[in-house]
Amino acid sequence: MKRFGDGRGVEPLWREEVSIHAADERYVSRRQFAKFLVLTSLGMFAGNLWILVKSWFAKKPVYPVQPVARLGEVPVGGVRLFNYPGPHDPCILVRTAETEAVAYSQKCTHLSCAVYYSHENGRIECPCHEGYFSVETGRVLQGPPQRPLPRVVLRQDGDRLVAIGMKLDPEEVRRA
Amino acid sequence: MFGNEFYIDPERCIGCQSCINACAECDTHRGTPMITVDYLDRRNSIATVPAICMHCDDPTCAEVCPADAIKKGEDGVVQSALKPRCVACSNCVLACPFGIPKVMTKLELMMKCDMCYDRTSVGKRPMCATVCPSQALAYVPPERIARERRETPTNVFQFGNETVTTKVYMMVPRGVTAVEVDVVDYMWEGAGA
Repeated sequence: MKRFGDGRGVEPLWREEVSIHAADERYVSRRQFAKFLVLTSLGMFAGNLWILVKSWFAKKPVYPVQPVARLGEVPVGGVRLFNYPGPHDPCILVRTAETEAVAYSQKCTHLSCAVYYSHENGRIECPCHEGYFSVETGRVLQGPPQRPLPRVVLRQDGDRLVAIGMKLDPEEVRRA
Repeated sequence: MFGNEFYIDPERCIGCQSCINACAECDTHRGTPMITVDYLDRRNSIATVPAICMHCDDPTCAEVCPADAIKKGEDGVVQSALKPRCVACSNCVLACPFGIPKVMTKLELMMKCDMCYDRTSVGKRPMCATVCPSQALAYVPPERIARERRETPTNVFQFGNETVTTKVYMMVPRGVTAVEVDVVDYMWEGAGA
């Protein structure tokens, strides 16, 4: 630790911060700042352009056709968990009425906690931050999630329920 | 810098003021000399001494600057005040033990000798040293000074209890290691003269 020339004591902090040595200058000059701004916004612009171009050439995802359950296996108000479209994408199927069943991705759109169906409240709930989703449409009823749950499109084949795709309803996105 | 050091020999100064005019010709502060030639005792003697910035190792002017406008480079040169920062408060003028900084009131800026930084940083000699006819101001390698001069250089100045070491050397008689400055005594004599 450097000391004052006359031995008055240890150097205070301001001497380090406001040093008389040009090499210790820690101020950012206007030119440096302008350069930083220009270069970072240029980088942002290029990145956005890249994303845009990539989205032009992006293929539409192809979803597999996958049997999920027989209608008789799930009681009204009951649920069945399955993975769709991949083996690591948890989904939840809810039989809402005698003839109706809906399925959503089980990942909460807030922080990917597993959501569950609350039969007494008639909604899908996330236990982590109390985000609630409508069981009919998947849109957010309350809580921190900003987007509705991605919906699994189901087709009824006799008494079999078959998943045929995923859908993020744009209207639902706008309302959420 | 480039093996050269600055030496002042007041004994050699003939008061011709070439250095002042050469300094004023510099493009970085055209028309305003950053060097003065002082008469030591005008009534009794024609002795003069050129006053350039001594570039202290621990520059008091920079220490007292409230605006952080005076900076010392790694080469030991204490730069003139930075124009965007200087508030022309004159703290440096009052603090400098050698009386070098001058505040230009019209510019609201302190200006002082920066050892012709535009020249010395690229290996040229400072303006004043290039024109001094008696080499009272010399910017030469130390070996050359040791070879050609009878006096020895020192960069230690004693102001009472305060020791000031500088980048610029003063030529002193052999055997003298430090220049002792008795400020009070000088002031008293000056008042009585």
